[in-house]
Amino acid sequence: MAILELKNLTKSFGSLRAYHNINLTVMKGEVHALLGENGAGKSTLMKTIYGEHAPDSGGEILLHQKKIKLESTAEAIALGIGMVHQHFRLVRPFSVLQNIILGIEPKKWGFLIDYKSARNKIESIMAEFNFFVDLDSKIETLTVGTQQRVEILKILYRNAELLILDEPTAVLTPQEIKDFYIIIKNLKQKGKTILIITHKLHEIKEIADRCTIIRKGEFIETLTVKDASEQELASKMVGREVLLHAVKKEVSPTDICVLEIKNLNVLNSKKLPAIKDFNLILKKGFITGLAGIDGNGQSELVQALTGLKKSESGSVKINEKAITNLTPLEIYQNKLGMIPEDRQRVGLVMDYSIKENLVLQTIDQIPFSKYGVILNNELNKFAVKLIERFDIRPTDPEIKARNLSGGNQQKVILAREIEHNPEVLIAFQPTRGLDVGAIEYIHSELIKLRDSGKAVFLISYELDEILSLSDEIAVICEGKLTALLSQQEISNNKNLKETLGFYMAGGIK
Amino acid sequence: MNDLIIIFTTTLMYSTPLIFVSLGGVMSEKSGIINIGLEGMMTLGAFVASWIALTTGNPWLGFLSGGFAGLLLASLHALASIYWGANQVVSGMAMNFLGGGISIFLCRIFFEGASMTPPLDLALKIPLIFNQYATVYLSFITTLIIWFIFKFTKLGLRIISAGEHPKAAISAGVKVNFYRTFGVLASGFLAGLGGGSLSIVIVSNFRPTLISGQGFIALAALIFGKWNPVGSMLACLFFGFSQALVVYIGGLENVQISSQLLSALPYVLTLVVLVSFMGKSTAPSALGQ
Repeated sequence: MAILELKNLTKSFGSLRAYHNINLTVMKGEVHALLGENGAGKSTLMKTIYGEHAPDSGGEILLHQKKIKLESTAEAIALGIGMVHQHFRLVRPFSVLQNIILGIEPKKWGFLIDYKSARNKIESIMAEFNFFVDLDSKIETLTVGTQQRVEILKILYRNAELLILDEPTAVLTPQEIKDFYIIIKNLKQKGKTILIITHKLHEIKEIADRCTIIRKGEFIETLTVKDASEQELASKMVGREVLLHAVKKEVSPTDICVLEIKNLNVLNSKKLPAIKDFNLILKKGFITGLAGIDGNGQSELVQALTGLKKSESGSVKINEKAITNLTPLEIYQNKLGMIPEDRQRVGLVMDYSIKENLVLQTIDQIPFSKYGVILNNELNKFAVKLIERFDIRPTDPEIKARNLSGGNQQKVILAREIEHNPEVLIAFQPTRGLDVGAIEYIHSELIKLRDSGKAVFLISYELDEILSLSDEIAVICEGKLTALLSQQEISNNKNLKETLGFYMAGGIK
Repeated sequence: MNDLIIIFTTTLMYSTPLIFVSLGGVMSEKSGIINIGLEGMMTLGAFVASWIALTTGNPWLGFLSGGFAGLLLASLHALASIYWGANQVVSGMAMNFLGGGISIFLCRIFFEGASMTPPLDLALKIPLIFNQYATVYLSFITTLIIWFIFKFTKLGLRIISAGEHPKAAISAGVKVNFYRTFGVLASGFLAGLGGGSLSIVIVSNFRPTLISGQGFIALAALIFGKWNPVGSMLACLFFGFSQALVVYIGGLENVQISSQLLSALPYVLTLVVLVSFMGKSTAPSALGQ
C-alpha cells in the first residue's frame, strides 16, 4: 500500500527549475532511496514533502491516498512526516532531552515544562527501537553519530510514520555508518517507512528496497534494488557510462625523489605529539597513497607540509631544496600544491567569486596585477580558460564559491593548483562528499597529473580510493609510518585490504 | 561602619537602573536580536516616567509608563530588525538617536521650552522599604523571575532556541519571529523601567544628560554576566559599586582627585571589562542573524 505519492510535481525558483514532473510512490514499510547527483533536486523535493516550500501549482501530493497541501513544517509533522536534515538542526547548548521536546513541550501547571513525562516517553521509544542516547548530555559534547540519533528520536517523538533522511551517512565514520544501518533496519522492522536521500551506491545496495533515480531535476525511473547492479544505478544517475574504478597505465618504477620527509615531528593543537619521526619519499610519476584511520595524524602532517603548522624537528625537501617551516606562500611558490581536506574553510574563500578563488595565491603577481592594481581583463581571460578546461559549472566566473556544488568547488581548487604546475600535489580526501560523476573526474585528473611526471600524495580515509589510485601505499597509525608497500607488493598481495587493515590498526611491518 | 552602609546603599541605588536595563538586554539578545538601542529606550523611559509622575502625581504610574514608552520604541526596533531585515546594530543606533531626540522634543513641548522637567515633590517619590527604595527590591525580584523563565518554562526554552539555532526551532514548529518580538518588546519595557527608576527615584527630574551612557554600561554588564540574568545582575552591582565609590571618594574632604577624573571611573571599568571578557564570553550562536 502506498503511503506517499507524488504526481507531476514541479518546483521553480524564478527561472531556475529545481525539479520537474516528478512522480514518486513510496510504499508503507519500505526503505526507499532517492538517488541523484549533487544538485539534482533531491533535497528540494524532500523539503517540499516536509512542508518547507510549496511546489508550483499543477501536481499533487497524496498521503495515505488523500490529497494534501502543506503550508508549513508544523503541518507535515502533524501528518506524521519527519525529516533529518543533512546539517543537523539541534540547539547546541541544550540537552538531548530539551532538543527532542522543543516545540511540543509537555506542560504542568500551565507554564512549567514536564520533563519527567517527556523523559518517560523518550525512554520507551528508545527501548522500542533499541538504540540509546544519554538524555542529559549537552549536544555540543556529542559525536556526530549520536547527534544523528537525537534527530531520529526527535521525529519519532513526534510520532512520524514517514522518516525522510537527507544524506545521513555523509558525515559519519565507518563504524557509525554500521550502527546507523542497524537502526534503519530496526525502524523498518517496526513498520516505519523510510525515504533516504543518497548518492552512495553501496549504501543503497545495503539498506534500500526500492530506489528512485532523479537526474537534473527530472524523474528517470523507480527500480527494485535487488535487480540492479551498482554500475547500472551509476549510469542511470549520471546519464552516461561511468567508470566506478579508475583506469590507469602501468608506470615504470622510478627512483627520482621529488619530496623527502625526514624524521618529521609535529605536535597537535593540544601540544601532544601527532606525527612521530615520520620518514617518506614521494617519487616522480607516482601516486603515493597514505592509508589510515581518521585522526591518526594525517591533518597535522598535511598542515606541517604546507606550512600551516610549524614542525618541531625534522626536514622536508622538494627537489633537494629545504622547505621546512617556510610560510604557506613560500612553500606554494616552491611548487607544492594542495587540495585540502576541508575545501570550504581552507581551500576556498566562500564569498569570493570563482575567478577570485582561482588566483588566491597569485593575485599580487603579473599578469593579474600591476603596481598594486588588479587587472580585471587578464583575470577574466584566465578564469574563462580554466573554467572551460576543468569543466566548472556554471561557467560564469563571477559566481560566488558558496553557490557552487561540492564537486564544482573541488574543481575550482583542482584547477588553481594544477594550473600552478606543482612538482608535488597533496590531495587530502579529494573526493569527500562528492558524487560518482565528480569522483570519476577528480580521479582522472590526478592520474593525468601523475602521468605527466608529477608526484601525487593521496591521503584518504577511504581504503577503496587508496587502492584504486595508488602506485605505492604508505600506512599511518598514531602518527607513525607503520608500513610502506611497493608497487610489487601491492600487485602480488591477494589479501591487500586485510594487510592494510592490519597496519592501519597499528601492526608493524 | 557608617561609611560602609553609605557605600552599600549607594551601590544598590545606582545598580537598580542598570539591572533593569541589563535584564532587558538579556531578554532581547537571548532571542537572537542585538539591542544596542537600550540607551535610547532608557532615555525615553526616564522622560516619560518623570512626565507622567509629575502630571498624575502617582510615581508608580509614572514608573510603569516609562516601561511602556521603552516598549513602544522597542516595537520599532522589532519591526525593523525582525520583519524588515534591517541590520540590527544600525537599527539599534537609530533607536538611541530617536529615544534621546523624542525625549527632549516632548519635554520642550510639555514644559514650556525647558529641556529638563521640574523636580518631583519628595512626597511623591517611590516609597522606601527598610531604607531602600522599593525599586531596588523590584529589580532583584525581576532578576529571579527572568532566571526562572529561562530555567523552567516553555517560554524560556523557546526564546533561547530562537537565539541559538532559529532553523532548528522552526523545524521543531517554534514560531521564531514571535519569540524574538517578545524578547525585543520585553527588553524595551525593562529598559524603560530602568530609565524611570533613575529619573523619578534616584534623582527627581529628567534632564538630557541623565542617562549619558548607562544603557551602554548595562550592555557591558550583560556581556560581563555572560548573557545570564543572575550574572548580569551581579555585573550591574559591580558597576553600581564603582559609581558608589565615585560618590564616596568625591565626598571625602582629605582626598584631592578632580571630580571629572573620578566620574570617569565607571566608564574606564566598562572598557576594561569589555576588553578582557568580550572574547571569552559566550553569546547566543545566532545573535545578530
